[in-house]
Amino acid sequence: MTTTALPTYEDAIAHYEPVIGLETHVELGTNTKMFCGCPTEFGAEPNTQVCPVCLGLPGALPVANRAAIEATIRIGLALNCDIAPWCRMARKNYFYPDMPKNFQTSQYDEPLCVDGYVDVQIDGETFRVEIERVHLEEDTGKSLHVGGATGRIHGATESLVDYNRAGIPLVEIVTKPVPGLGARAPEVAKAYVTELRDIIRSLDVSDVRMEQGSMRCDVNTSLNRPGDEWGTRTETKNVNSLRSVERAVRSEIIRQAGLLTGGTRIFQETRHFQETTGDTRPGRSKETATDYRYFPEPDLVPIAPDTAWVAELKAALPELPSVKRARLAEEWGISALDMQSVANAGAIELIEETIAAGTSAAGARKWWMGELARRANESGVELAAVGVTPAQVAQLQGLVDEGKLNDKLARQVLEGVVAGEGDPAAVIEARGLGVVSDTGALTAAVDEAIAANPDIAAKIRDGKVAAAGALVGAVMKTTRGQADAKTVRELILARLS
Amino acid sequence: MAAISREEVAHLARLSRLAVTEQELDQFAGQLDVILQSVARIGDVAADDIPPTSHSVPLTNIYRDDVVTPCLTQEEALSGAPDSAEGRFRVPRILDEED
Repeated sequence: MTTTALPTYEDAIAHYEPVIGLETHVELGTNTKMFCGCPTEFGAEPNTQVCPVCLGLPGALPVANRAAIEATIRIGLALNCDIAPWCRMARKNYFYPDMPKNFQTSQYDEPLCVDGYVDVQIDGETFRVEIERVHLEEDTGKSLHVGGATGRIHGATESLVDYNRAGIPLVEIVTKPVPGLGARAPEVAKAYVTELRDIIRSLDVSDVRMEQGSMRCDVNTSLNRPGDEWGTRTETKNVNSLRSVERAVRSEIIRQAGLLTGGTRIFQETRHFQETTGDTRPGRSKETATDYRYFPEPDLVPIAPDTAWVAELKAALPELPSVKRARLAEEWGISALDMQSVANAGAIELIEETIAAGTSAAGARKWWMGELARRANESGVELAAVGVTPAQVAQLQGLVDEGKLNDKLARQVLEGVVAGEGDPAAVIEARGLGVVSDTGALTAAVDEAIAANPDIAAKIRDGKVAAAGALVGAVMKTTRGQADAKTVRELILARLS
Repeated sequence: MAAISREEVAHLARLSRLAVTEQELDQFAGQLDVILQSVARIGDVAADDIPPTSHSVPLTNIYRDDVVTPCLTQEEALSGAPDSAEGRFRVPRILDEED
């Protein structure tokens, strides 16, 4: 173990240029597996969604799922790829029990889609991430390691394998190496995966949920001194959230810079991202170079998408996220830059749904991009997981619009909603919040404030209306903030005119 | 020249986790060489106008519809396994490899 102190991120970037690359796996949401009719539903009893084909029993023959081929072509088209006129599946041979066949059916040198790109915007600047390939393969089974202290393989004495997931169609999207990003590399990585997720979601071919494993990301990172050739890359796996994509690239840049500056060479390895600490740890060490002995799958015939079919699929693509953003920015009356912030915060759909529930665009955006974004950021969760639904935000803003809550009270109500105390109405009831709209009670409080501050009252009588602020403050204090400041002010001025 | 070396056979045996003795390496290398040389003779007759193929039948685009078909039961699925536990296939631990 070296004891080289880690540089700061700024320091690392000042001396080295990062090159990143991303490999993203997306589990397709088809009804059945890639090569057999077994269902793909999550959470079934182990080994109850298996058949001779996905168990690799002798004599069983695979037949490709048309819906999976179609979904992959649509993903390719949405990522501006060329669709191969002819390609084949290949066997990736390896010795590991997560595939009962002793190989994974994948694609090797003939991917279904090639040469695309995704543009991402950060602070008004566009970065193009080029796509090398999009190919189709099958997911593996799930292993449970028994006997180890932590449930992981280290120290395990045996593994228990469930093949329900084995054979579920999996699309792998590989970028070309992306150089020249400098300090922006971690942000671009996150923005790319976000955009990819949104594009795939718009196609309705996968639920693309990173936390649940239907979208998984491996991040390649290397560093080189300016002017030098690209450095040796490491591959970081186990990156299970959008936020982690950014953190993984950032921490790997810092780690590698520390080693390089200390004179240690980087060797090509697989590392695992640690969600708790935010850094990467060494993964498996390969004694021998990977040797998968790919060869064309003899049990499946070539895929040769008809050009007319591909054209039809292209014409039928839905509105893609970048187009949708431009449309919504106009509808909501905000700039492209503000729209990008909304997108980066993962707030587009939340705001859309809040508006659909009856709130103005400005009102919906205020909550999601303000108070709720702040809370999400503080607790390190995605905005969608902050604990408030669009319907609840709409109810809250509705109460503000009706004058039943002021901004300060609304924030308190929101706090209650986040804490799981129920809908805004329930929180108001339980916490005894809500603007005092009973004019009788307010008038009493106003009179009390006037009596307690005769000097100020005299000034206001003399026409110094600005002095009313002090009395409003006094009233707000006695009503514990539950009065509407505007109403209070009107009452004070009416009393002293 | 041999189509496959003794070292390559040893490498393949390692990848397949097969315990092959020194004596067997000589034996298999010889046997595999005969097979490979025989298959390689196809190359002698393959002219430029014959494209390489991975299939004996000239078919493309054979697909199935995305419709669920019956599965095996858990009991059936595990019936051929050497060992099982908790509804899962039980296998020895695999060293130095992680999923």
